[in-house]
Amino acid sequence: MVSRKVLKRSARRDIGSQGYIYILPWIIGFLVFQLYPFIASFVYSFTDFSILKPMSYVGLNNYIKMFTADRLYWKSLSATFKYVLIAVPGKLMFALFIAIILNMKLRFINFFRTVYYLPSILGGSVAISILWRFLFSKDGTVNVLLKALGIPPVDWLGNPNLALGTMGLLVIWQFGSSMVLFLAGLRNIPSELYEAAKVDGAGKVTVFFKITLPMLTPIIFFNLVMQMINAFKEFNAPYLITKGGPLNSTYLYGMMLYENAFAYLKMGYASAQSWILFIIIMLFTALAFKSSPYWTYYEDGGDF
Amino acid sequence: MSRIKIKKKMRVFVSYIFLSILGIIMVYPLLWMFSASFKTNNEIFSSFSLIPKVIVSGGYSGGWKGSGQYTFGRFFANTFLMVLPTVFLTVISSLLVAYGFARFKFRYKKFLFALVLASLMLPSEVVIIPRYMLFNRFGWLDSYLPFIVPAAFATYSFFIFMLVQYIRGIPKELDESAFIDGCSSFKILTHIIVPLCKPAIVSVAIFQFVWRWNDFLNPLIYISSVRKYTLSLALRMTLDVTDTIIWNQVMAMSVLSLVPPVLLFFFTQRYFVEGVATTGLKG
Repeated sequence: MVSRKVLKRSARRDIGSQGYIYILPWIIGFLVFQLYPFIASFVYSFTDFSILKPMSYVGLNNYIKMFTADRLYWKSLSATFKYVLIAVPGKLMFALFIAIILNMKLRFINFFRTVYYLPSILGGSVAISILWRFLFSKDGTVNVLLKALGIPPVDWLGNPNLALGTMGLLVIWQFGSSMVLFLAGLRNIPSELYEAAKVDGAGKVTVFFKITLPMLTPIIFFNLVMQMINAFKEFNAPYLITKGGPLNSTYLYGMMLYENAFAYLKMGYASAQSWILFIIIMLFTALAFKSSPYWTYYEDGGDF
Repeated sequence: MSRIKIKKKMRVFVSYIFLSILGIIMVYPLLWMFSASFKTNNEIFSSFSLIPKVIVSGGYSGGWKGSGQYTFGRFFANTFLMVLPTVFLTVISSLLVAYGFARFKFRYKKFLFALVLASLMLPSEVVIIPRYMLFNRFGWLDSYLPFIVPAAFATYSFFIFMLVQYIRGIPKELDESAFIDGCSSFKILTHIIVPLCKPAIVSVAIFQFVWRWNDFLNPLIYISSVRKYTLSLALRMTLDVTDTIIWNQVMAMSVLSLVPPVLLFFFTQRYFVEGVATTGLKG
């Protein structure tokens, strides 16, 4: 036993420095492809950097211009916030709703799960963006369907008030990935809790708000943060479906960054904008983390 | 039958109806796209039916030829050339790094792992311009190296995180007894960890495949010559180059571009759905 312990200890010491060898690829990759670009973009954001000419330092000008002189910037910022507010809660609520139904111990659950998950695999592709653009165009299939039902056609992508919502639908259509996470979470809720509630005569609504929802909050929280980050940087949908229109109502942040950096080659300015995006995402994430003790219930970290 | 039982049966029945209708709504766009690829241009605009009145195969033959000098065969080959090495190197590098974090003690480990997690939250948009400049200086623009080389250096930190979580779940006693038997740490990785990690490794490969396959923004930035276009760029081109879009061709090529991810999904969906559930992965 003693010798085994000694061996173990020497084993630990021996393999100690080896750890660095295994993580070496990541250290190099992190320094070259993540940390350096991260710092460089911060530096660029104080310059008028462009591939076309030598760069010079412009101080805070990019930031000042963005917030005071660039009308499109505010337009894009507000469109992006609206989009996040439509797409993320919509997707998560729908995913939760369907997960609860699927959790009712029905048969063929695997079949439904597969069908609902499929759009999550394909949704990010150009093919689906093209499809969406066609389905919801003025003389697209959705309107043909509405006409058959006697409903007048709707200009889904041409109406500035509807276009963002139509793009949000594409996100909600991909609810399957979140649903699978919620379903796994629901399975992990101990059934004693429900039995106890039944004995106490709690109604369904009470059970949902007092047991199901609190037990799921860590998963909801994780999903919320990840989906929010994704929605804030959405590029494919505005670029391919609406080209930012109509009236720039779908000119989302990701598309604005791309155009400034790679179409207008204003890379210093785009870097400043990307830093504001970074700060916004950090603020939202921090807010979610900070508020989570109030609404997140962790099994191993209760307060009693 | 008691009243409660009837009520319960009704509820189950209603649930099935609802789930089925929802399922139809979910797959209807995909089925419609498939049927549209066989329809005439006129019918595409006039009917929502899933069964074409007249079946034409011109969508596929015409679409495959493309409008320029390259066929879709070229674009398929290009996409595989970009995606497969990236997936392979992602798996190898993430596995090595995850093993290092999960099984070894070293200084600053906590700090370094915190950096892995922090880079998860870093939106790629923030680093995209300097990265572009970097690859420009390396002479890598208009090649697949901007995708492949970072994969070799484990820059997709999400997969490191996922594999670390999985390896932590493997009992340490297994490695320790192998060590006492004289196994090197690398042999422990290849002979003990890798076989036990198989489900996680497969999920990493599948997710990376699908994400790279669907990627549009990065190819748009890095690839400029049509000869090297990936499928997503080629599809965009069919929309923007021609004045009058021949929709059945666009739909046909869109359908074909989805075939590899769909096949992969159906053959590995056990890993997909469970991999998501056990690792808390986004989709």
